[in-house]
Amino acid sequence: MAKRKSDIGTIYKGSPGQWSWLAHRITGVAVILFLFAHVVDTAVIGWGPEAYNRVTHVYHNWVVRLLELGLVAAVMYHAINGVKIMIVDFWPASTRHYKALSLASTGLFLGGMIPITWIMGHEILKLAGVL
Amino acid sequence: MAIDTQARSEERRPRSTSGGGYHAGRERPAGGWELWTWLFMRISGVVLLLLAVGHILIMHVFDGGVGRVNFGFVAARWGSPLWRTWDWALLSLALVHGVNGLRVIVQDYVKWPAIRFAVNMFFAVVTFTLFVLGTVIVFTFDPSKWRPV
Repeated sequence: MAKRKSDIGTIYKGSPGQWSWLAHRITGVAVILFLFAHVVDTAVIGWGPEAYNRVTHVYHNWVVRLLELGLVAAVMYHAINGVKIMIVDFWPASTRHYKALSLASTGLFLGGMIPITWIMGHEILKLAGVL
Repeated sequence: MAIDTQARSEERRPRSTSGGGYHAGRERPAGGWELWTWLFMRISGVVLLLLAVGHILIMHVFDGGVGRVNFGFVAARWGSPLWRTWDWALLSLALVHGVNGLRVIVQDYVKWPAIRFAVNMFFAVVTFTLFVLGTVIVFTFDPSKWRPV
């Protein structure tokens, strides 16, 4: 788009929803890539307890558990932001309150992640030998 | 009414190259295949809200999380047809929802048709293979083959 006179000397503030749009993509890609690996690691159970328990032993490492916390956060964000997308899609009048909608979904995500981080963080710190 | 709102918002601010206007997600396609996949993402999204978020909370957060998962745990869990069905539905919907998401992203960033086709085919083959593998395992798994564990 050609620069208009009013654009010159102003700070680009982007478009509403651009950050949640980007975060939705990143969390979506992260989750599907993990899912590809997760189907394989779960399928190992078909080869018996010895093979499967060797695989699940990977999850007894605190660094892997930290990544797992990231996975949980990605799924939660994608789910909550997905609801926001559907509200905007199917109820266009809600765009009048777009800012409130964004604040509510971000708040719900962060508010939900506090107890989740507390619970999972406890296990991570125990595995790391801190607790 | 939808068109009204959109027209007004476009008037006030320049379209960004990404989300555009007030659209939190992808703009609704006019029709055909793209409209059906657009609709599928939203319908599967609602179902995954229960299946995926439920799975994440049960398996990763509550009751000791993933630390309690081993052969015996899964054998007991898959003793119930409910969890086998849940896991299979989650497998199918998440794979298709995910691969379609990848397709939309590839559409945005991979412009050369031959490369785009190759990338999409790669993800489609991976998805189909994993769907078959997961389906076979979730429905044929029999822990008694290894008893006593």
